[in-house]
Amino acid sequence: MKVTDYESIVGKDVVYELGLISKKLKNKKVQCINSTKQGGGVAEILSRVIPLLNDLGVTTTWDVIEAEPEFYNITKAFHNALHGSSVTITQSMFDKFIAIGEGIKKRTNIYGDIVFIHDPQPIMLIDKKSKNKWIWRCHVDVSSPNMEVWEFLKRFIDRYDISVFSSPNFARQLEIPQFLVTPSIDPFSEKNRELTQEEIDGVLEKYEIAKDKPIITQVSRFDYLKDPVGVIEAYRLVKKYVDCQLILAGNRAADDPEMDLVLADIREKKGNDPDIHVLLIEPEKNDLDINAIQRASNVVIQKSIREGFAITVTEALWKEKPVVASAVGGIPQQIRHRHSGLLCHTVGGAALMIRELLNNPEYAKRLGRNGKEHIRRNFLSTRHLRDYLLLFLAIDKTEDIIYL
Amino acid sequence: MSRWTQKAKNPFHFNTSVALKELTGKKARNLRELVGIIKEVPGSVIYYHTHGFLQRQHSFSPDPPNAFANWVSQTLGEYKLGEELAAIDICEFSTIRELRGKIVQVIENHLFESKESLRYAPPGREFEFIKAHSFVFPTGFTAHNLKEFEMILEKVTIYSIYFHIFEARLRLEKGVNDFSFWMGTSAKAQEVAKKIAALDPYTFNMESLRRKIIDIIRKWCNESN
Repeated sequence: MKVTDYESIVGKDVVYELGLISKKLKNKKVQCINSTKQGGGVAEILSRVIPLLNDLGVTTTWDVIEAEPEFYNITKAFHNALHGSSVTITQSMFDKFIAIGEGIKKRTNIYGDIVFIHDPQPIMLIDKKSKNKWIWRCHVDVSSPNMEVWEFLKRFIDRYDISVFSSPNFARQLEIPQFLVTPSIDPFSEKNRELTQEEIDGVLEKYEIAKDKPIITQVSRFDYLKDPVGVIEAYRLVKKYVDCQLILAGNRAADDPEMDLVLADIREKKGNDPDIHVLLIEPEKNDLDINAIQRASNVVIQKSIREGFAITVTEALWKEKPVVASAVGGIPQQIRHRHSGLLCHTVGGAALMIRELLNNPEYAKRLGRNGKEHIRRNFLSTRHLRDYLLLFLAIDKTEDIIYL
Repeated sequence: MSRWTQKAKNPFHFNTSVALKELTGKKARNLRELVGIIKEVPGSVIYYHTHGFLQRQHSFSPDPPNAFANWVSQTLGEYKLGEELAAIDICEFSTIRELRGKIVQVIENHLFESKESLRYAPPGREFEFIKAHSFVFPTGFTAHNLKEFEMILEKVTIYSIYFHIFEARLRLEKGVNDFSFWMGTSAKAQEVAKKIAALDPYTFNMESLRRKIIDIIRKWCNESN
């Protein structure tokens, strides 16, 4: 993709401004370092943003650290601990992280004027800091971390020049500035691109979903924190008045032992109701199928009990769907109640709002239209790109107003 | 000579401003904490949650340009105070210091008069204080007359319009918006200057504000033909 491809979506003016900002970084070399080229959200963001940065004339490279499998088992445990999961962390894990980290340092060549480190795996590379500038980008929800792991990592983080987090509630006590770069979606990706009616119908047929009743959908992992049982209860309250169907769609996360328990609860609650469709989507078909299901829906719901940013809400809003979502995590940043969607707090409230939308299609349409505009301005790849450019410029400036 | 093409004494250079957000790590759970932190944070934090709120929400129809009002109503359920905060006419203040003082006064009056116990935000829904770093840079567009001005106004981002109407006026402590200043002092278009200055910017979203300004210029220039 080229940056100019985005002009048709965000406007020539926005792309022109990206060009103006990037000119100020002409002589800088940005070196991004993470732990994998494929799989996971970080690799997805980098593979999208790095070509665009180069297209704008900002020389940006991408290096991946190399380590033995044991290292990744340890960092996976750290990752879960940072998320607040109860995992056993031992002193030997910290010792091995340091020992293997020494090897990573020896094998990794540092050449960037700006070194952009993603997540904890390459964090020890900060030992190689010289006169260049270093950024630590945290993609993990660290709002309630295992403090032992956090304190261990903090020793390294505090030696970076700046840090970057995805949500305001991830901010922690650090010696260095903490910037906010919220997630974004790519309007040209398989999950968000425009689809033809044939493509949408094809996916509905595959899952044997008829279009004879309005569709309410929640897309999420099968996780208690997404409250799928609450969603079924809300649907049942709606169904008393409006004959509708419910889709609960998600994919199978390889490392989620809780999922089978959640699915069992959902199936029990579903009973024999043929209008509830529980779709376990194959990972390789995930993007297209989710895109089609979201586009086929009359109302999208996200009744989470706890959330990070809730990128599924961003995706639904971008598709101009009326959304009913819990006022938790990053959702209120995306939805302004009664302007770009509806914020709920309870099962009963969610049901009432879904009925309101199904019975007032013009109102639902207006919310969807506003929601799409809000996403266009604030949560597309071009904004992510702009934030990164500004971050590279902000690294050695502390003023509130910076004249370029 | 047409009003469209009459050369201005000085050209108008269009700048723009985009913001990068810095987390302060400060959070308020209730009104006492909110007002305490509002008193101590830098002006760029107050700016982010008032005028910056408008910039982020600009695609919506008119609404209070104020994140404090929004949180007080939506999260704490203090609707009366939320309405009082929303009713603060931000345009009336030419400095962040005065605006901060007004917000503090409204919240403290409420706390003084209220007989209710403090309401707490649920965990995860605290008010998170964020600071804006504004990057100001020239767009490369320069207008020497009203025709050029109108054409450029069609091309620049809403951030540029935002910069000249709001940011230059309040955060940089100028008394008047840049467009009106140039119209009045350089382009000999006092009437246009007055009309733009009299627009209530909070009753428009940014795109309709752009259209309204263009309409004012067109109407005045075409009157002379």
